[in-house]
Amino acid sequence: MSDHELRVSKIRNGTVIDHVPGGQALNVLAILGIDGSGGEQVSIGMNVPSDRLPSKDIVKVEGRELSQNEVDVLSLIAPDATINIVSEYDVVDKRRLDRPKHVEGVLVCPNRNCITTDDEPVESKFEVLDDEVRCIYCDTIIRDNLTEHIGN
Amino acid sequence: MRDEHLITAKQLSREDIETVLDRAAEIAADPSAVSDRHADTLLGLLFFEPSTRTKMSFEAAIKRLGGDTVDMGSVDSSSVSKGESLADTVRVIEGYADALVLRHPRQGSAKMASEFVDVPLVNAGDGAGHHPTQTLLDLYTMREQNGLDDLTIGIMGDLKYGRTVHSLANALTNFDVRQHFISPESLQLPRSVRYDLHQEGASVREHTDLDEILPELDVLYVTRIQRERFPDENEYHAVAGEYQIDAGTLESASDDLTIMHPLPRVDEIAPEIDETDHANYFSQAHNGVPVRMALLDLLLSNEGGDVQ
Repeated sequence: MSDHELRVSKIRNGTVIDHVPGGQALNVLAILGIDGSGGEQVSIGMNVPSDRLPSKDIVKVEGRELSQNEVDVLSLIAPDATINIVSEYDVVDKRRLDRPKHVEGVLVCPNRNCITTDDEPVESKFEVLDDEVRCIYCDTIIRDNLTEHIGN
Repeated sequence: MRDEHLITAKQLSREDIETVLDRAAEIAADPSAVSDRHADTLLGLLFFEPSTRTKMSFEAAIKRLGGDTVDMGSVDSSSVSKGESLADTVRVIEGYADALVLRHPRQGSAKMASEFVDVPLVNAGDGAGHHPTQTLLDLYTMREQNGLDDLTIGIMGDLKYGRTVHSLANALTNFDVRQHFISPESLQLPRSVRYDLHQEGASVREHTDLDEILPELDVLYVTRIQRERFPDENEYHAVAGEYQIDAGTLESASDDLTIMHPLPRVDEIAPEIDETDHANYFSQAHNGVPVRMALLDLLLSNEGGDVQ
């Protein structure tokens, strides 16, 4: 795709998350805790053509890098995503996602009686299984609609 | 035992379980041999929920090992009522005690608490989660009565919220046991326990009617269906009535059937059963002391990471 075809403008410094499955861009923003109220500059392309996916989303965030916890949860909803770190308009680092053994923070345990939902100094932590994740504290398994459990 | 904390029955291998049960049998045979073994040892009791059997048997256990307890007391009389977190509470009390026993209404509380302390911590019940020391005494009782292999067990009642059920089901996967789960559909095993049993390749069947399986059972483990789990009182009575045991229920049972119950019971087992050879729930409760003595002895002696 040439520059004049780009539907999403370039960023100067920040992160580009590419090859997100079509329709998941807003969930990526939820993982990053971005809802617009923080003043971040964000560009989104949704359902754009892709060689690798039926359609893809692109999320570009100015002045922001992802934490490991965010990357880990991202890998669950967008396993084929690439993360590009941009500095002065150039991609200085590009990486694919590995499926982690655990994800910490970001997700909230749906079990209202789980100790992680109480006022305790502990982050949520889920073991990543084949098709689901499991709270390591209360054992609750989340199989479907993972994005409904994004907290931040 | 490989771990310094006991949080769930899942962490116990067959070897771990047999080590505790063997030690419990030794202690039961000659309690005086260990009466000073843990002199000067203090066991911290943190019970955020009411308890009779578990709390008293832990107290009896450490005292019969020569030690004593320091007790947080009721939640109302402790700093918890001022809003202190569990993480802070256990960090304070570990400075007063050599090991901690925790009961708490939230699932995962024992696991979290164990991450904040260096002394051994024992889960005495975490909400609808786990109750591994009950399981150890259940297994001790079963082993005394029936052995622990080539056994057909029915586990009946509130399988969804029953923490004793979850721990027992997990632990039984270490043995050659056929597990049958009998409950109303609304109280069947939670997905997490099903997952564990499936992963372990356990032999599991589910029923809504005890009569389907009763004649085959060596052990029937009955649990209380809790009224508060039902929004409607009439629904509770309709369901609970189908899972009560009386002499008539047992007509098709084997003469050798052992009936167990973690107690307290309400009306799941009619008093007329108490005098039959089937009833084992009171000796089961009594076994809590030697089993918890054995567990504490092993945990408190576990200096090198392995059982002495």
